Amino acid sequence: MQEGKISKRRRMYEALMKAAMWISVACTCALVAFLILYVLVKGLPHISWSFLSGKPSYLSGNIGILPDILNTVYIVLAALLVVLPLGVGAAIYLTEYAGNKQVVGVIEYAAETLSGIPSIIYGLVGMLFFCQFLNMKTSLLAGALTLVIMNLPTVMRTTQESLKTVPWSYREGAFGLGAGKWRMIRTVVLPGCVDGVITGCILSVGRILGESAALLFTAGFAHALHGIVNGLSSSGATLTVALYVYAKEQGEFEVAFAIAAILMVLTLVINLSAVWVGRVFEKRRRI
Amino acid sequence: MSDIVTVENMCLWYGEHQALKNITIKIPQKSITAFIGPSGCGKSTFLKSLNRMNDLIQGVKITGDVKYNGKNIYDPSVDVNELRREIGMVFQKPNPFPMSIYDNIAYGPRTHGIRNKAKLDEIVEQSLKDAAIWEEVKDRLKKNALGLSGGQQQRICIARALAVKPKVLLMDEPTSALDPISTSKIEELTVKLKEEYTIIIVTHNMQQAVRISDQTAFFLLGELVEYGNTETLFSTPKDQRTEDYITGRFG
Ligand SMILES: Nc1ncnc2c1ncn2[C@@H]1O[C@H](COP(=O)(O)OP(=O)(O)OP(=O)(O)O)[C@@H](O)[C@H]1O
Ligand SMILES: [Mg+2]
Repeated sequence: MQEGKISKRRRMYEALMKAAMWISVACTCALVAFLILYVLVKGLPHISWSFLSGKPSYLSGNIGILPDILNTVYIVLAALLVVLPLGVGAAIYLTEYAGNKQVVGVIEYAAETLSGIPSIIYGLVGMLFFCQFLNMKTSLLAGALTLVIMNLPTVMRTTQESLKTVPWSYREGAFGLGAGKWRMIRTVVLPGCVDGVITGCILSVGRILGESAALLFTAGFAHALHGIVNGLSSSGATLTVALYVYAKEQGEFEVAFAIAAILMVLTLVINLSAVWVGRVFEKRRRI
Repeated sequence: MSDIVTVENMCLWYGEHQALKNITIKIPQKSITAFIGPSGCGKSTFLKSLNRMNDLIQGVKITGDVKYNGKNIYDPSVDVNELRREIGMVFQKPNPFPMSIYDNIAYGPRTHGIRNKAKLDEIVEQSLKDAAIWEEVKDRLKKNALGLSGGQQQRICIARALAVKPKVLLMDEPTSALDPISTSKIEELTVKLKEEYTIIIVTHNMQQAVRISDQTAFFLLGELVEYGNTETLFSTPKDQRTEDYITGRFG
C-alpha cells in the first residue's frame, strides 16, 4: 500500500517536471523562431540588387547599403589584421615563455574581466584615446582599433586554451631532438592550436558585426562610398550602425529590417562555420 | 673501451627536495647500461640530467660534474640543442608528433638544417630500417603516425631519435606501455643498436635488464648503491640492499 502511494506521487512529480521542462523548451524555441521569422518576413522583401549594390542619395531618394557593407568588411579586415598577431602573440608568450605563473594568472583574470565590460565603455575610451588623443578623428580606423581592444582578450584566451591542449609530451619530444624553443612552438605547438585561433577569429567577427555602441562613438555614421584606404580614414557606418541610424534618425524601418535580415543570415553563417571548424579539427585530432 | 659519459659527485635538487645524492658513474660507449631501482628513486631524473631535459623544469639545481666526451655539459658554452642531438631520448609513453610518419622521422634532420629531399628520403628509410619498422610502414609513410599501434609508435619514436644520428640514446622505460611481443621486438632492436650507439635504459623489469644490458646501476632513494657488470651484479651483489632488491625482498 505504502509503496504504491510513494511511487504514484513520484510518478506525478516526474511528469510535472517533464512538463515544466517541455514548456520552457517550447517557449525558448517559439521566441527564437518568432524573432527570426518576424525579421525575415519584414526584411527580406526589401532586399533587392539595387539595394545591395547602391549608395544612398538624398537627391534621388534612393537607399542603398553598399557603403555600409564595404565599411563592415573594411573594419573587420582591419581589426582582424591587428588583433590576430597581437592576441596570438600574447597567448604564445603567456603560455610558452612567461616564467612567473602568478603574473600570468593575473593577466588571464584581467583579460576575462575585460571581455565582460559593456562595449559602450570601450567606445568612450576609444573616442578619447584614438579619435582625440591620437587625432584620428571619427574614422573607421579608430573604430577598428577600438574593436581590437575589445576583441583582444577573446582571441588571446581562445588561443591560450587551445595551446594548453597541446600535450607536454610533444614539446618534450621536440626538445629531445634538439629543437630550439621557437622551432618547437612553430612546428609542434602552433599547428595544434589553429582551431583555437580560428575560433577566436570567428567569435571576433561575430562580435564586430553585432557591435554598435562602441562604433557610434568612434567610427561615425557616414554612408559615403570609399575604397579601403580612404574608407579607413573617414567616418563610416557598419551595417549594424546603419541599422540604428536608419531606424532611429531617419525612420526608415523597412531599410532597418532589411539590414537586420542580412545581419541575421550572416550571424547564422558565422555560427555554423564556428561549429564546422570545431568538428573538422576534432576529427583531425582523432586520427 | 672508453667512457663516453662520466658523472662525478653529482647532486640534484627539485627546489628543496634532493632527488640525487653524490652520483658518480662512468658509462662505456657502445654498450647497454641499465638503471634499475624502486619507483621514485631518481632513475628518470638522472637520465634526464644527461641531456639536460631537466632544464625544462623550474627550480632544478645541479652540482657536480656531468661530462660527455670529457666536456662538462652544464658549461655555459655548451649548445643545448646540439647536445640533445648527440644524446637522444626515447620516452616512456610513445609520443610521435601528430603528423605523417615521414615528417616525424624527418623532424630532427630538418631541425638541424637538412632540406634536400633525396637526402631526407634516405635518412627516413635508413632510420626506419634501423628501428626495425620499415617493412611495416613503408607503404604508408604519408599517413598520420598516431594511427599506428603503441609498439609501432614507440619504434617510430626510436627511429625519430636515430634520424639525427646521435651517439647516445637515453631510453626511459621504453617498453613499459607495450605488450610482450612489441617489448621483445624493442629489446632485440636495442641489442642490435649497441653496435653503433651507446644505450642507457631505465627499466622496472629486471629480466629485461639481465637479458639486454652489459652494466647495471642500482639506485635507491637518490643514491647510486651499486654499479657494475650486469651478470656480476645479479649473481653476486656486493651490497645487501642490492641483494634485497633483486631477490624481491624489498618493500
Ligand atoms: N618535476 C619534479 N618536481 C619535483 N619533484 C620531482 C619532479 N620529478 C621528480 N620528482 C621527485 O624526484 C624523485 C625522483 O623521481 P624520478 O621520476 O626520477 O623517479 P624514478 O626513479 O624515475 O621513478 P619511476 O620508476 O616511478 O619512474 C621523486 O621523489 C619525485 O617525487
Ligand atoms: Mg621514471
